[in-house]
Amino acid sequence: MIIHQPQPSLPAPSNTIGPIAWMRTNLFSSIGNSILTLVGAYIAFNLLTTVIGWAFINANWGGDSRDACTSGGACWTFISVRLGQFIYGFYPPELRWRVDIVFVLLAITLVALAIDKIPKKGWIALWAVTGFPIAAFYLLFGDSFGLEIVETHKWGGLMLTLVLALVGIVASLPLGIALALGRQSEMPVIRSISIVYIEFWRGVPLITVLFMASVMLPLFMSSEVTTDKLVRALIGITLFQAAYMAEVVRGGLQAMPKGQYEAADALGLNYPQSMSLIILPQALKLMIPGIVNTFIALFKDTSLVLIIGLFDLLAIVQSGLADPKWLGYSIEGYTFVAFVFWIFCFSMSRYSQHLEKKLHTGH
Amino acid sequence: METNQQAPEKQVSFWNDPEKRAVIFQVIAVGLVVGMFYYIINNALTNMEQRGITTGFDFLSREAGFGIIQSLIDYSEQSTFGDTFIVGLLNTILISVIGIFLATILGFVIGVARLSNNWIVSKMAMVYIEIFRNIPLLLQMFFWYFAVLRTLPLPKQSVNINDSIFLNIRGLYLPDPIAGDGFSWVIGALVGGIIASFCLVRFERKRQQESGQTFPLLLPILGLVIVLPTLVFFIIGAPLTWDYPALKGFNFVGGITVIPEFMALLTALVVYTAAFIAEVVRSGIEAVPKGQSEASSSLGLSFGLNLRKIIIPQAMRVIIPPLTNQYLNLMKNSSLATAIGYPDLVSVFAGTTLNQTGQAIEVIFMTMGVYLTLSLSLSFIMNAYNKRVALVER
Repeated sequence: MIIHQPQPSLPAPSNTIGPIAWMRTNLFSSIGNSILTLVGAYIAFNLLTTVIGWAFINANWGGDSRDACTSGGACWTFISVRLGQFIYGFYPPELRWRVDIVFVLLAITLVALAIDKIPKKGWIALWAVTGFPIAAFYLLFGDSFGLEIVETHKWGGLMLTLVLALVGIVASLPLGIALALGRQSEMPVIRSISIVYIEFWRGVPLITVLFMASVMLPLFMSSEVTTDKLVRALIGITLFQAAYMAEVVRGGLQAMPKGQYEAADALGLNYPQSMSLIILPQALKLMIPGIVNTFIALFKDTSLVLIIGLFDLLAIVQSGLADPKWLGYSIEGYTFVAFVFWIFCFSMSRYSQHLEKKLHTGH
Repeated sequence: METNQQAPEKQVSFWNDPEKRAVIFQVIAVGLVVGMFYYIINNALTNMEQRGITTGFDFLSREAGFGIIQSLIDYSEQSTFGDTFIVGLLNTILISVIGIFLATILGFVIGVARLSNNWIVSKMAMVYIEIFRNIPLLLQMFFWYFAVLRTLPLPKQSVNINDSIFLNIRGLYLPDPIAGDGFSWVIGALVGGIIASFCLVRFERKRQQESGQTFPLLLPILGLVIVLPTLVFFIIGAPLTWDYPALKGFNFVGGITVIPEFMALLTALVVYTAAFIAEVVRSGIEAVPKGQSEASSSLGLSFGLNLRKIIIPQAMRVIIPPLTNQYLNLMKNSSLATAIGYPDLVSVFAGTTLNQTGQAIEVIFMTMGVYLTLSLSLSFIMNAYNKRVALVER
């Protein structure tokens, strides 16, 4: 009797595994590719060594005036001396703890929303769009609970950037949902009003909207109503953002299978019931990546408020660069602002990609 | 039974009839909109009367009295506010057209590089995309304008290329071509060559459809578009002279001046938008299933034909709509020019003119109207094109 004894498998050929094989397929697969690789590596190496040398190795970190910057690299002293102003603007230093509390609350809320394992997402989201803004308003502005008033013209820096972006997104959400539902409505008048609104705001640049808000809004209100600059900018941003939000919501509504609408009708639910109980809860979940993406766009766009004279993060650094004591450090200043914006936007876009993958349960 | 059949009609109350309800809702909506506009207009009229602001478009024919650093038409301080509108509009269109052209090229190159099978090229494209699309455009503009272009040398120490192109802190100076007598013949030859090439392409398509034979296109087209106009140019005696910029006193005179504001704005717009276009291109190409190129190579199509006839036509369907959005964004984003002082529509008209005349409502509405018209017409053109290339489903 012959028992078939299989030979143990041979290892894969040495030219298909290991770093050398990887390099051969990914870097040097042809002559043209090899040239590209070498040129690319040369450029990347030069860029990296220049940037790292400038930003880290030769950089100056300490000190409290420009005299400390002697080594020829980046002068981060400029940033560290003015960091407080860059984050809080002209908020009185003894009251900055109030802003800190808002930052901490915001961080806790966002983390609670982002981590999958934490239950009761609905309640947290409700807190994020209702309770948190109210709490933040009383903490930042004051005027009750014995807190001193801090006028909005003292707000600035990163804090103002976050205020603009968060208020813009939270306030535009209900308006955007209403417009999206209006655009899908079967009533011709409501549909046309929504379409005209959405197309108008999407067709004009944010700058003209901000100009309009700062120059024309005072003319439109009755003269007893006085609004401050920040509120006017927020109104402009919200009206503008609502149009973009409406398109995101419409995308979510259109992604809902028709059977869901029909099932709601079959159960005898009326329009508000079927929307609030069946369609929106499911569609809103699908919209989260889109909402995060609009938020990223809005977050970058908040920097435009410097044109109407508000001191957001970019504007406050820009004004710091005009200080005669710190002339000539514009690259450091811009790099710092770019870094802050980049961290926020990049992490949000990664989060939205992660969500898209998670929600993509189709096949 | 009879009563039962009639009952529903009687029982449907006013509120439970969807059609009547819809009418009521729409009447309410119209009422709200009209009421809001009435409130706004009423307030605006009283407010303007109180502040003594004049209304109407008479200001457009008044003398402006301020200079503009870049103008495509004849403009002086004696020109009218209406002229400032035209100057601003043309400057906006100029930067948008050049920006869209360059951003498309750079975006396609980076988008294709992102898909390269060369690891280092693909990673470098990724780093480019992730860096530039996550930093606000205004910040990039400031960076190019205040940090990079300010380090350029003074006019006396200009970067000098072949004594004809000069680069310094005041701008980029290029030689200006001046067409002599008979130059229109060259342009005529060029236009004729382009039309002939179009006809040739149509002929080739038709022939291939009918007989399956191909006709070489590249050389005849090159001949028609490049060689023919060049020949005409030299036959009629090269009627073209160059006006070279030259340093006179403290500044350059002559040639074409590209102001630094333009360079900074253009660089920022192109670099920023290209990052988005690259992502659009990448996702468009990735959307074509791999089976398509496998099928085409099993049919014996070469790599180039596969790319031209199979991959690109299908990818373009996915690419066009978001690409249109990016073009519109670039045009709208060019309004950020006002932050660095490039004289575009917003900066000249909604900025200086508004401040000088104080007629905010007219000025802002004219400005918004321009952007609205431009974006609606661009999206109309792109939609028409999109319809033409869209998949025809049965």
